[in-house]
Amino acid sequence: MSDAVAPRALPDRIPNRFRFWKRWETILFGVAVIIFIFDAFVSPHFLNPFSLSDATYNFTEQGIIAFAMALLIIAGEIDLSVASIVAIASVAMGAAATAGAQWPLLVVIALVVGAVAGAFNGFIVTYFRVPSIVVTIGTMSLYRGIAYVVLGDQVYRKYPAGFDYFGQGYVWWVFSFEFVLFLVLAVVFGIVLHRTVFGRRIYTIGNNPIAAQFSGVRVDRIRFLLFVLTGLMSGVASVLLTSRIASTRPTIATGYELQAVTMVVLGGVNILGGSGTIPGVVIAAFVMGLVTFGLGLINVPGIVQSVVIGTLLIGVIALPIVTARLFGRRRA
Amino acid sequence: MHVSRDLLLAAIIVVLLVAIATISPAFVAPGNLVTLFNDNAILIMVALGQMTVILTKCIDLSVGANVALTGVLVSLLNAHAPGVPIPLIMLLAAFIGLALGAFNGMLVWLVRIPPIVVTLGTLSIYRGLAFIASNGTSIVAKEMSPAFIAWPRFPIAGLPLMSWFAVVVVIVFAVLLRYTRIGRAFFATGGNPVAAVYTGINVGRTQFIAFCVSGTIAGFCGYLWASRYTIAYVDIAGGFELDVIAACVIGGVSISGGIGTVAGGVLGALFLGVVKNALPVIHVSPFWQLAISGAAILGAVVINAIRENRRPSRLILKEAVAAVTLSVTS
Repeated sequence: MSDAVAPRALPDRIPNRFRFWKRWETILFGVAVIIFIFDAFVSPHFLNPFSLSDATYNFTEQGIIAFAMALLIIAGEIDLSVASIVAIASVAMGAAATAGAQWPLLVVIALVVGAVAGAFNGFIVTYFRVPSIVVTIGTMSLYRGIAYVVLGDQVYRKYPAGFDYFGQGYVWWVFSFEFVLFLVLAVVFGIVLHRTVFGRRIYTIGNNPIAAQFSGVRVDRIRFLLFVLTGLMSGVASVLLTSRIASTRPTIATGYELQAVTMVVLGGVNILGGSGTIPGVVIAAFVMGLVTFGLGLINVPGIVQSVVIGTLLIGVIALPIVTARLFGRRRA
Repeated sequence: MHVSRDLLLAAIIVVLLVAIATISPAFVAPGNLVTLFNDNAILIMVALGQMTVILTKCIDLSVGANVALTGVLVSLLNAHAPGVPIPLIMLLAAFIGLALGAFNGMLVWLVRIPPIVVTLGTLSIYRGLAFIASNGTSIVAKEMSPAFIAWPRFPIAGLPLMSWFAVVVVIVFAVLLRYTRIGRAFFATGGNPVAAVYTGINVGRTQFIAFCVSGTIAGFCGYLWASRYTIAYVDIAGGFELDVIAACVIGGVSISGGIGTVAGGVLGALFLGVVKNALPVIHVSPFWQLAISGAAILGAVVINAIRENRRPSRLILKEAVAAVTLSVTS
């Protein structure tokens, strides 16, 4: 791309009074508020704590995957196999549950399967030096293919008592377990990315892997760990989703990879790596949840909602670029 | 090196065919091979369009949605106005596809949004539009005119017209990519964008044209798909973009741009086609197909990587040494 000709603008820490208002997160938060107000006007049922609580189910599972995906994309990689990892982990849980396993074992199985699937992605990417997009397009077919081979046209529906809490339980009042876990993980990922050495290294790798290597960052090890982490979070999402719908089909979580990537990119993470924040991804998750829930309230079918999400994705990214061009400023 | 790679893949396909023939000799009967080719004509054509895009260091995830939207639109036209001649419908399908591809290309070229983001967005948008256009219903065989269904099946010299379209597209691409200025520009743009700029190639415009090529073919195949399966609804060609990218990757097209051959793209598509059609013949559950195609993609990229790494030094080290030398000398 021609971007490669000009040096890329690096994020800096120069204080600026207007900086806050120009930040991506601020713009996105404005969009979220507008959608919230719009939703409240179009449907009288929207401003009800219980319906708002229902709305969170639209994004928590994808959002949890998106946190790990954000780290991966900031490091300059991508994982398109996450939805298939959800499927394969769900199939493993279903098989174990049918054999009589209890819920603690099921959770362990899902997390282990997720981490192993992620580790396989990471191994192929780092050991053979193959672009992650190709590897994960391959494993996307492979993992979901295994789910099909195991399940065929069958369904697992026998899940033990207690397992339903993850996807259907409430911690307190209208706050579901899924939503609370989403918030907790948001804080954890935010701290890891923005307050630790490990987090800074992720940015370094994304901006310049060679310089990172020469600075003593163990690039491949961190890349590998990020793939394992993304697989692990897909395992977590698999527990939540399987528990919520209490069944496993090979088609489970279809399209989650696109929704997770959309959240990450909408959240201001540069798809080419090197910049982005967790708060941005959290707000993007809310934006997507509010949009789909609001459209659902006025009976817009799911497939048409995807038109809005797609337009939002392109529009939100194009808008600053187009306005900058209209006002005569040139972007670096 | 690329020739030998294509030969290797061709050999694998032949071995595969021979192995299947030992179980079921009827599979390699000329009649069945014609059917096999015809079944994969659409995949071959769209894969070559996708290859053009990938050559320029881009990716087009919207081809499946493009096929669906165009298929729905031309089927609707045919259902409401059966009198419109089929060649005109084909032309229209290609134009709709061109418009959809050009939209992708404009966003990549002029707004400079990364291709994966653009086509991730338009993938949702185009499929959603297909739903809106069809109002969620299917256009089925009895609503289509007989000519609409008959055209791609019309046999010429023993081969259906659809197969001939694929043959023509393959020849056009072979000539286009090797002997024309724009064809070489596709390779130059992906191989080294900076060098391409200094050679006087407009990188953005070349990428735009690649998206137009991919879109046009996808649109044209939208009509072929609707006609071939005599149905058009929102979910046709669902996930087809992955088959198409898989065909390219198995065919040795480098996802980082600049490397790929027409023969490779065709063989990649045929490999997937042979596997897909052979599974029921050798009594393996068709549920294996997805897993096998995933394993084939991984196998192809790993084999490629091993061959690349056999060179004296790894690329990342070379780049690093070059970078250090540069910083020391300047």
